[in-house]
Amino acid sequence: MSGAKTKAGSGGTAARRTVAYIVLIFLSFLCLVWFYVLFINATRSNGQLKAGFQAYPGAYLVKNLYNLFHGATPVVRGMLNSLVIACCNALLCVYFSTMTAYAIHAYEFKGKRAIFTFILAIMMIPTQVTALGFIQLMGKMHLTNTFIPLILPGIASPITFFYMKQYMASNLPGSLIEAARIDGAGEFKIFNTIVLPLMKPAVAVQAIFAFVASWNNYFTPALILSDKMKKTLPILIAELRNSDWKTFDMGQVYAMIAFAIFPVIIVYLILSRYIVGGVTAGGVKE
Amino acid sequence: MEKTKQKKSRITRHNKYGYIFLIPFMAAFVIFQMIPLVSTVFNSFFENYRSGLKQIGPNFVGFGNYAKLISSGDLLKYFGNTMIMWILGFVPQIIVSLLLSAWFTDPSLRLKGQRFFKTVIYLPNLIMASAFAMLFFTLFGDNGPVNSILVQAGIFSKPYSFMSHIGSVRGLVAFMNFLMWFGNTTILLMAGMMGIDQSLFEAAEVDGASANQIFFRITLPLLKPILIYVMITSLIGGLQMFDVPQILTNGSGDPMRSSMTLIMYLNKHLFSKNYGMAGALSVILLIITGILSMVVFRFTAADEVDERRKKS
Repeated sequence: MSGAKTKAGSGGTAARRTVAYIVLIFLSFLCLVWFYVLFINATRSNGQLKAGFQAYPGAYLVKNLYNLFHGATPVVRGMLNSLVIACCNALLCVYFSTMTAYAIHAYEFKGKRAIFTFILAIMMIPTQVTALGFIQLMGKMHLTNTFIPLILPGIASPITFFYMKQYMASNLPGSLIEAARIDGAGEFKIFNTIVLPLMKPAVAVQAIFAFVASWNNYFTPALILSDKMKKTLPILIAELRNSDWKTFDMGQVYAMIAFAIFPVIIVYLILSRYIVGGVTAGGVKE
Repeated sequence: MEKTKQKKSRITRHNKYGYIFLIPFMAAFVIFQMIPLVSTVFNSFFENYRSGLKQIGPNFVGFGNYAKLISSGDLLKYFGNTMIMWILGFVPQIIVSLLLSAWFTDPSLRLKGQRFFKTVIYLPNLIMASAFAMLFFTLFGDNGPVNSILVQAGIFSKPYSFMSHIGSVRGLVAFMNFLMWFGNTTILLMAGMMGIDQSLFEAAEVDGASANQIFFRITLPLLKPILIYVMITSLIGGLQMFDVPQILTNGSGDPMRSSMTLIMYLNKHLFSKNYGMAGALSVILLIITGILSMVVFRFTAADEVDERRKKS
């Protein structure tokens, strides 16, 4: 390469780099500004909020949260419900998806390819499409207003299965399983004590995704849960929208939205390294 | 000879565990998806709803529900709404994602703070969509902070009612979808771009190709399979659009049902217990999704064959 060419090239590169930074900063601003305003507004009183927007925090955060926790909406209970459902769902989802992936990965049996294709084929069926039959069946089984219909379906998660299968293909040596068998370990024991620990990175990533999906889910829980003390956070948020919110203490409204959003943001910031890396690791072929 | 026989029998003995390990998945699938799916399809052929206090049906009506659904025009209208809001969000999403992923993977740019930017742009994807929509509803309300800022800055003389104009409601829904998904798409496209053989770029550079030429002549064509994957999965996701417009418009799809999506319509039928119509609508959605997934399947399968050919 000639010196002149490199120089011209680097001049263009510097300009492109500047444009890239400006666009990136603008997009970052677009992603974050809403949450900043949410935080600011959650720290202000109803009167201050009605008077207009100010860009700095107020002193009413504790008061707003106090009002929220002692108001008519059982938000703390809602968060606990969401937490129980999302944790159980995520645990079942990763454990049984790994088990299903292991069945397809490690064993040779009749109809294996057909089953694999079948699981891939059902991957795209939206849950909303089966919702009608689902609520009818849950009604017949007397499971409406329980958490079971929101937890147990996690056992059959084709997308998590597919990720685990991809991960096993490159990270689970067959020799290790063979060695354990020679040592006389049973198949279940091999799965629980050797395979699962080896799958830890994939399990962690998928557990986070399963948790978030369940935590944010609004459609199905709204159809299953109608008991006030059983409702999850997204349903309570929808009810807040449904009520005559104009008469509400707006500080409290913002505090409730913040209460639903910020825990996830904090957890995300702690775990972001694994999450961002995990989006692609098994989902799309590289 | 004897040894291999012994080994074989040991393997086959283990192999029944393949079936055993599949039991939980299959059982959960049959109970929570298969039976509901069959009964949804079954329901779609029956007239079954409440009219005031009177229960009508269930009476077998064949394809009557489908005919009613299509002839009323609502289905087409809501399908149109869903598509308009999807396209409004998807076009900027794919353009911005392509741009960002090209920048992130360009070694000559050496962008600093990549981890920070990736973390930030992915963040909205994890936010509870219902809470995000509620937040936008309060921020863009008639007395909300956005109007307050616009009036204070003198851009508007009086507050603009975002919630009562067709364009602004659809625009807000599309904007929220864009914000929630462009980070995810960027990361997917980046993985695709990093998979491209680096020597191709080097060769093009030696030949004196500009950054634009490299992007349009090399990166984009090689990225086609992933672009199609992203587009179709986003379209399938778009058809399921629900949380954001539902909460933003309180389930009404106002103004004048211009932001009512297909799933909001389904949700309405489910809550009013009009099971016949809900069933027919579900089946139509299933068929559309099925066709789209087959397209994805085709492309990823073709991809796999290509890869195998390359390896051999």
